Amino acid sequence: MTTVEQDMSEPRTTGQVAARCEGLRKVYGEGETEVVALDAVTVAFAKGRFTAIMGPSGSGKSTLMHVMAGLDEATAGQTWIGETELTTLGDKGLTRMRRDMVGFVFQSFNLVPTLSALENITLPMDIAGRKPDTAWLDTVIDTVGLRSRLSHRPAELSGGQQQRVACARALASRPEIIFADEPTGNLDSHSGSDVLAFLRMSVRTMGQTVVMVTHDPVAASYADRVLFLADGRIVDEMADPTADRVLERMKAFDPASAKEA
Amino acid sequence: MLRNALRNLLAHKLRLLLSGAAVVLGVAFIAGTLTFTDTLNRTFTSLFEDTSADVNITPKAAFETGLAGTGVTSSESSVPESMVAEVAEVDGVALAAGFVQAEGVYLLDRDGEPVGTGGAPGIGTSWAETDEQLGIATMVEGEPPVGRAEIAIDTNTAEKTGYGVGDRAAVLTPGPRLVAEVVGVFKFGDDGGTAGAAITAFDLPTAQEVMLEPGQLSGISVISEDDVSDDVVADRISDVVGSGYDVKTRAEQVEDGAAALEEELSFINTFLLVFAGVALFVGSFLILNTFSMLIAQRTRELALMRALGASRRQITTEVLVEALLLGLAGATSGLAVGFGLAYALKALFGQIGLTLDGSLRLTVDAVVWSYIVGVVVTVLAAYLPARRAARVSPVAAMRADLVTHSKPLRTRTLIGVALSVVGVAALLAVTLPEEGSGLLLALGAACLLLAAITLSPVLAVPFVRFVGVLLPRLAGKTGHLARENALRNPRRTAATSSALMVGLALITGFSIIGASARASVDELVDDALAADYVVSTAIDQPFSPDLADDLREIEGVESVTQERYGVALVEGEQDFFVAYDPATIEQALNVEMASGDVQGMAGNGVLVYESVAEDRGFVIGDELEFVMPNGESAALVVGGLLDDNAPIGPYVMSLETYDSTGGVAVDRSLYVDVADGIDAAAVKAEIASAVDAFPIVDLKDAEQFKDEQRGQVDQMLMLINALLVLSVLIAALGVVNTLVLSVIERTRELGLLRALGMSRRQVRRLVRLESVVISLYGAVLGLGLGIVLGFTLIRFLRADGLTETAVPMLQLVLFLVLGGVIGVIAAALPARRAGRLKVLDAIATE
Ligand SMILES: Nc1ncnc2c1ncn2[C@@H]1O[C@H](COP(=O)(O)OP(=O)(O)OP(=O)(O)O)[C@@H](O)[C@H]1O
Ligand SMILES: [Mg+2]
Repeated sequence: MTTVEQDMSEPRTTGQVAARCEGLRKVYGEGETEVVALDAVTVAFAKGRFTAIMGPSGSGKSTLMHVMAGLDEATAGQTWIGETELTTLGDKGLTRMRRDMVGFVFQSFNLVPTLSALENITLPMDIAGRKPDTAWLDTVIDTVGLRSRLSHRPAELSGGQQQRVACARALASRPEIIFADEPTGNLDSHSGSDVLAFLRMSVRTMGQTVVMVTHDPVAASYADRVLFLADGRIVDEMADPTADRVLERMKAFDPASAKEA
Repeated sequence: MLRNALRNLLAHKLRLLLSGAAVVLGVAFIAGTLTFTDTLNRTFTSLFEDTSADVNITPKAAFETGLAGTGVTSSESSVPESMVAEVAEVDGVALAAGFVQAEGVYLLDRDGEPVGTGGAPGIGTSWAETDEQLGIATMVEGEPPVGRAEIAIDTNTAEKTGYGVGDRAAVLTPGPRLVAEVVGVFKFGDDGGTAGAAITAFDLPTAQEVMLEPGQLSGISVISEDDVSDDVVADRISDVVGSGYDVKTRAEQVEDGAAALEEELSFINTFLLVFAGVALFVGSFLILNTFSMLIAQRTRELALMRALGASRRQITTEVLVEALLLGLAGATSGLAVGFGLAYALKALFGQIGLTLDGSLRLTVDAVVWSYIVGVVVTVLAAYLPARRAARVSPVAAMRADLVTHSKPLRTRTLIGVALSVVGVAALLAVTLPEEGSGLLLALGAACLLLAAITLSPVLAVPFVRFVGVLLPRLAGKTGHLARENALRNPRRTAATSSALMVGLALITGFSIIGASARASVDELVDDALAADYVVSTAIDQPFSPDLADDLREIEGVESVTQERYGVALVEGEQDFFVAYDPATIEQALNVEMASGDVQGMAGNGVLVYESVAEDRGFVIGDELEFVMPNGESAALVVGGLLDDNAPIGPYVMSLETYDSTGGVAVDRSLYVDVADGIDAAAVKAEIASAVDAFPIVDLKDAEQFKDEQRGQVDQMLMLINALLVLSVLIAALGVVNTLVLSVIERTRELGLLRALGMSRRQVRRLVRLESVVISLYGAVLGLGLGIVLGFTLIRFLRADGLTETAVPMLQLVLFLVLGGVIGVIAAALPARRAGRLKVLDAIATE
């Protein structure tokens, strides 16, 4: 249990890095059809922080997350999670990494339809063959507010509830870092804010590290920091964002990037 | 519409491949079976077509014996040689030649073993000039035989033995044993096919001497003039030779031969027909199953089209056009693959000694059924789910997490239970092979099979739950997920396993019958055999009575009982009879009597099965008229009634009667009884050496005799099983197909699991476990069904001598294991595919 306390207390004070990349480049296709999705991206995500990534469609946000989470391979450059360099790992190593160190929330289809909500939450630990820490699990479930729905199958849950289950799953195994790609993209603003509040709380009170892609300035305002991506490069960042400032930035930024391209 | 459908088909290559594979497999199964059946039939009929003279003259049989072959079995009387000249004089006859032909002539190979006794007779014939002109036989090498020291052999036999022109070979005949030089090799018929028989040709005088009598012929073949019809010539010949002879044109000979064969082959034909039915069923099922899955997968895509304004009609039409194209293509390739399967089966039959000469031919039947099943079933299979898909509201189907809402299984349960009740009732009503009882049996079996298929999805849930309890323990979360996957759509689980179920049900049923038949044979031999040794050929071929005489000479041999048999018209109805010497029969066999004594067969007495006597109203003391095929008749007095389970029957007469009515003097079996209290080993050695002089016969003690009898059962079972294995193979491929599809269907889910840290191995194991559970389910249902059907069939066959009921436990357990193994093997490909999914691709897949 000592590790738990460490996890919860360390990040905010030390400013340690949960994941980072250096000179990251990702190219799709070859020759004529070549698309540079990421171009020399260097970025670090501090432990215990909530980071939002924004940018126009096609700017490389999803690609960045996928490569940093070990779901996809980089064309050049290096990525780390904690102290481990992903770019040197094979499939086995990556699988273990994803299982033990990373949590995911996708835009949709986050849950295995044949499993109940609770089974979905404990799935990563079941796959790894580890016993879930019941006290922690209780905390997570109560925080997500799904106790009455635990035995339901995904099809019997609303979209917002499903996303909350996905968040709970990402948290339950206490990964080094959680990547969320437009987790509220499919939700109405009410359910969306539930999920966002939950993510923020997991960062504030549980010391979790979260990186989230979003198009919504309001969603971005829940984060501690916002990174702006355009044409595969980090073009700007903003600390302690508010919805208005983000919106302002985006407005200025859209035509500019259009001109650049 | 057509272009759209084509583009759609090509856009999903793998999907196309898999659904196409289902059609190909299904059709191949059917086409293969039908082509093979045709070949089997033609192997025998072509024998007649190729080998008949324009007109044939043979001694008139008192009745059609119904025994297949070339008239040899009924040639108890003969045609005088002088008649050839008379016939040659007839107007319109170009050529007339006498011939002699008989069974029981064996060429010995270099090891001294008779050729081709594996299931076909050894035939002796005279070489006639007409043969070559008629194309019955063509000398391909060397000269026609002349004199006792020369023979010619057929091409098949030459190939089997390695004999060529100039070699010396020994020949066993019903008369003396000959050693002669092979001077010619001839091709029999058009294609050299003899259905496995070995044919040895002599010149006419030699043939007469060893097979008949000098001056006598088995018949006369005639070639008619080109400008006269065979019918006219036959009529003219009839006038000349009188009413004592059958004069038949080629057409009539073929017809008679085919009719006789049909009766003999009716068992195998019925079986193949049943098998074709199974093929039809399994094939259709496979296609239906695959298409339901495909359409379910495409629901979202179809719904998108609906949302974009496509009408329901347009959607169903598009799906149907796609299905039609696929069905046509699949049926065509299936036909080709089926042809290949038939080829393989033919080779397999050849391996076990059943040479099929008929070349494979594409029959109208095979083509029609292939396209009917390929196209109609595919379209139907696509139509039902497409209609369902078209009914889904566009919005509902667009939901990201599409769940297949399965209808409740209540109606299904009701229908299934009703079917089982009818089936069980029908089967219980089956008792004796009374009139209509076979129909009842078929009805019961069909109902039970349908009930099993209908109830399969209902039973799948408890089964998977039950077996599934072990899975999480064995394989943790992977096992749990595998169980849930198998439970996710019980209809699909059931459908996937159904083909396997049918295959295993058949195999199980037949192996129970086989085991029971073997046990019954053992029991029968134990009960019936009183003699110490049995001497006979492997396939009940006739052999020379000289052997019996030789054996009687041996000191210590108490008695040798000869067995001969034939057919006769008994009070106008045709039946089989067996003949023994009443003086020794009790030392040979234990004959159980229902009433009267075995000795009632002595003199002009006859014994009758009790049930036959009852049927026909015979009682002890009645005088029955027996008319032999050669026209001779005898009045025999019923001297006793045989128990229906007695080893011999339905009619048993004395050897004396048999001989006096002109029965051929060849033995079918000898029962040798050795005196007690003497050196058994020495006597046996002496018997063995006497028997050795007749290479076609074997000496068997009770144990060996049992083995041989069991061997016959085994060989038949092997044939049946070879065909059934094909159905299990196809079923296994069906499982592969369904699994690959379900892996594709679950690409996103598997990708998610990989993203959450499931290793490739775990994903593979997941697919494999699911497959094993599904296959085991099919195996268990199949075993259950097979056991029920097997037991019922045994009850049905009880009167036919299947007195014992044996359950081959080991074999059944093996089948169950086989089910699991099929699951593992079937999962190999889909599991690999699942394991290799790129995580991101999977997530990105729509
Ligand atoms: N598998 C792929 N093959 C080829 N090009 C790709 C592939 N995936 C992404 N791209 C390209 O890479 C670029 C970045 O894509 P990415 O999905 O990262 O954008 P994004 O910022 O997430 O956009 P959005 O906000 O629309 O989700 C785009 O130009 C896209 O076309
Ligand atoms: Mg994206």
